[in-house]
Amino acid sequence: MSGAEGKRASEGARYRLEVCGLEIRGGRGGPPVVSEISFAVRPGEVLGLVGESGSGKTTVALALLGHTRRGLSVSAGEIRLDGVDLLRLSPAGLRQVRGARVSYVPQDPSAALNPALRIGYQLREALRVHARGSGESRALEVLGEVRLEATPDMLRRYPHQLSGGQQQRVALAMAFSCRPSLIVLDEPTTGLDVSTQRHILDTVRRLCRVYGVTAVYVSHDLAVVSELASEVAVMYAGRIVEAGPAAMLFGHPLHPYTQGLLASVPVPEGGQLLTGIPGQQPPPGHRGPGCSFAPRCGIALDECRVRVPAPAPVAGRTVRCLRVAEAGAARAQPRQAAAAGPPSGAPVLSVRGVSARHGPVPVLSGIDLEVPPQSCVAVVGESGSGKTTLARCVVGLHRDWTGEMTFQGARLARGARQRPVPVLQQIQFVFQNPYTSLNPRKTVGQIVAEPLQRLLRVPRGEQADRVISVLEDVALGGRYLSRYPDQLSGGERQRVAIARALAAEPSLLVCDEVTSALDVSVQAVVVELLRAATARRHLAMLFITHNLALVRTVAQFAVVLQRGEIVEAGPAGQVLADPGSSYTAQLMADVPRLRSAGPPAGTGGGTRRRDA
Amino acid sequence: MTAAGPRAGRIRRHQWLASAGAAVRTPRGATGLGLAGLVVAVAVIGPLVTPQSPEALLTFPFAKPSGRFPLGADFLGRDVLSRVLDGGWLLLLMAVSATVLGIAAGAAAGISAAYLRGRRDGLIMRTVDVILAFPQLVFALLLLSILGPKLWLIVLAVGLTHAPAVARVLRAATLDVCERDYVKVAELQGMRPAAVMSKEILPSLSTPLMVEAGLRLTYSIIIMAGLAFLGFGQPPPSPSWGTMINENRAGLALNPWAVIIPALLIALLTVGTNLLTDAVGRAALGVDRKPEEAALADELGPARSGVR
Repeated sequence: MSGAEGKRASEGARYRLEVCGLEIRGGRGGPPVVSEISFAVRPGEVLGLVGESGSGKTTVALALLGHTRRGLSVSAGEIRLDGVDLLRLSPAGLRQVRGARVSYVPQDPSAALNPALRIGYQLREALRVHARGSGESRALEVLGEVRLEATPDMLRRYPHQLSGGQQQRVALAMAFSCRPSLIVLDEPTTGLDVSTQRHILDTVRRLCRVYGVTAVYVSHDLAVVSELASEVAVMYAGRIVEAGPAAMLFGHPLHPYTQGLLASVPVPEGGQLLTGIPGQQPPPGHRGPGCSFAPRCGIALDECRVRVPAPAPVAGRTVRCLRVAEAGAARAQPRQAAAAGPPSGAPVLSVRGVSARHGPVPVLSGIDLEVPPQSCVAVVGESGSGKTTLARCVVGLHRDWTGEMTFQGARLARGARQRPVPVLQQIQFVFQNPYTSLNPRKTVGQIVAEPLQRLLRVPRGEQADRVISVLEDVALGGRYLSRYPDQLSGGERQRVAIARALAAEPSLLVCDEVTSALDVSVQAVVVELLRAATARRHLAMLFITHNLALVRTVAQFAVVLQRGEIVEAGPAGQVLADPGSSYTAQLMADVPRLRSAGPPAGTGGGTRRRDA
Repeated sequence: MTAAGPRAGRIRRHQWLASAGAAVRTPRGATGLGLAGLVVAVAVIGPLVTPQSPEALLTFPFAKPSGRFPLGADFLGRDVLSRVLDGGWLLLLMAVSATVLGIAAGAAAGISAAYLRGRRDGLIMRTVDVILAFPQLVFALLLLSILGPKLWLIVLAVGLTHAPAVARVLRAATLDVCERDYVKVAELQGMRPAAVMSKEILPSLSTPLMVEAGLRLTYSIIIMAGLAFLGFGQPPPSPSWGTMINENRAGLALNPWAVIIPALLIALLTVGTNLLTDAVGRAALGVDRKPEEAALADELGPARSGVR
């Protein structure tokens, strides 16, 4: 399974999919969006295509189906499936290939399935177009393959009558139904719960092995890729920077970017500090000269900024870096998060017997929890567990609750409008989606100054300095003052939102899934920044997340919610390492983990998981 | 970046200026602005350059165009050119006032209905439904026949009948804006509802406001001219385009210009404002993006926006 170039060429015929020198440009003569993309995959193997948003991974994935997004066009290279170049096929020829020999599973199944047609109709449609039998029995068989209830009743349902996980299974069933040679999966598990994600991954792995299907799995989640893929290609700014067998690449990453990505992935068992990668990827089509990663690289030389490194075979893989030798040696060891001393004093927030409902539907029942001063409590649960509702009750955005909440000894009113200004100022909330939480008509400076003006009544003259100092706390600084939100990346927006919350000088910070919309490397930066800022300001924090892997990194205490009830609560290390409830244990088992030292993931990895 | 920074900033703060600027640069917008601008120029500059007295009886009725009277004379023998030049400004002023009134009342009702929700939403919107049930012209005629033909009453009647339609459009637009988290942030910062509506919500509604204003202005002009045609306008001796069409109908065969010119001016004005409004609406789609679309554009990068 060596990725050496020479060997590749001689064994060319054995590859199912071969991509050579693919280049896609924005418009005619426009700048290249992806370039020099080459990889090859054998039958039955899974290739993981990894990269942050904007790296061009989806563009490459769509090209494998002979498709380019509007405004883009393939300017060079070839994509050979079983020896046939897809890019040279006529539109009619391409239609024959799509669905039958190459199929696609999109990121959002609710958008991919037609809401007006029954599942059965949509399944049979794919089969009928490619003349693979159109009977109901075949459709039922296909449903069974993805472990959905294979009943006529299921075929008669509409997409909205299925859960997100079930919808994604239907999309998988459609993709596998014509027994394609190649299946392209574009982040099919983003937005799904860990347990649903686990089921989908198991299904993909099983079907690929059973039917010998080659898969290209596109994802920004390295842990997911490491569980599924035998070969991995890491993309950065439209180029593959490192490619090779998954176990080697995750065990001993050589490219500084791969190293940075791996250091950003939180590990559920360990509370190590996340380092993240400073800076930002250049936007697609705006690469400078030289190595695109040089501006963010710790070991870049002057040469790196002018010369584009050629892909070179190193230690069983291909790496695109002038300083491979130094990079391999310079890999930093993860630092452990300092264990905080046992916090003392009366709790900042205590919640007693709180139940909440959305209209007639009960969402939370009998919640008891305490947030001790200067410590972080993580609230973990799957979607629908009521964790966001809990956060919204605490800050006063959700008013339909009963029970008692006390904040610094005083009872909290139900809604934000009934709470006095000092209470509003003391409890600050950071929203999940930084794309809607900042007013697009206001500058960063105005946004961060708002709490100073409205909650703290700081005189206008003193606001500017305080805004700059709080922006520096989130590593943004004064040059962002006059920028507008749409000039910022997702990570920068979320940092502005955090700065706005910190500017109010609260004593409790409530964070609702603040990193779920961000890439791993950006998530690492934001989480680290939150930790540092809360420690420096002696803040207590209520951290809502579905990502169990983050809990140990951020929180001292963890509360696990299931269907609106607390199933487990206690010190974070204890809850996660030695779960007292089967639910927590199951959640922990389902969290995808980086598998760097395991057996070659193509074979052994699958067998063990299947039994779980 | 530094050079573009402040300029970009101004554009974002005064969103409507950016949309209007982009609209005028399109062929559609330029045509609209040209037509409407021409008519407005006639109405505004006209009263200052009338060659004759617009109200004096100077020749015989329906005289054909001649050197002294380039557009001939009307049914009483007054100079048509002078009456056309003097007969537009009050119509424009009344149409603009009625539009401002209608937009202000309608926006206030629509935004507060959407933001406050609950019982107040029902109360406001059901009132709106009731007013909407009357045809605009009939409602104005009803008020005028009860209270007498007063100019301020015409403005009030036309303005108020605009309000319900404006309220509907802005309620829908506000419901969308209310869902965005920055509105909730403002609530958590202890802002009063009135302040949230004016400082956080209103600036995000510049596009529907502009489009509605243009549309309502067009309707105002048509209704005002229609009322004048029916005899509810300025009292007789002073000229008005709407009145002129009615007065001179009888002599259409003798001197058609006395009808055609005022009718043409009204038509050009409404077509012009309508084209301009349409261009602004289209331009605003490109300038004013929803946050979710911005997120998508971020991800796709400049390749996509470059093609558009």
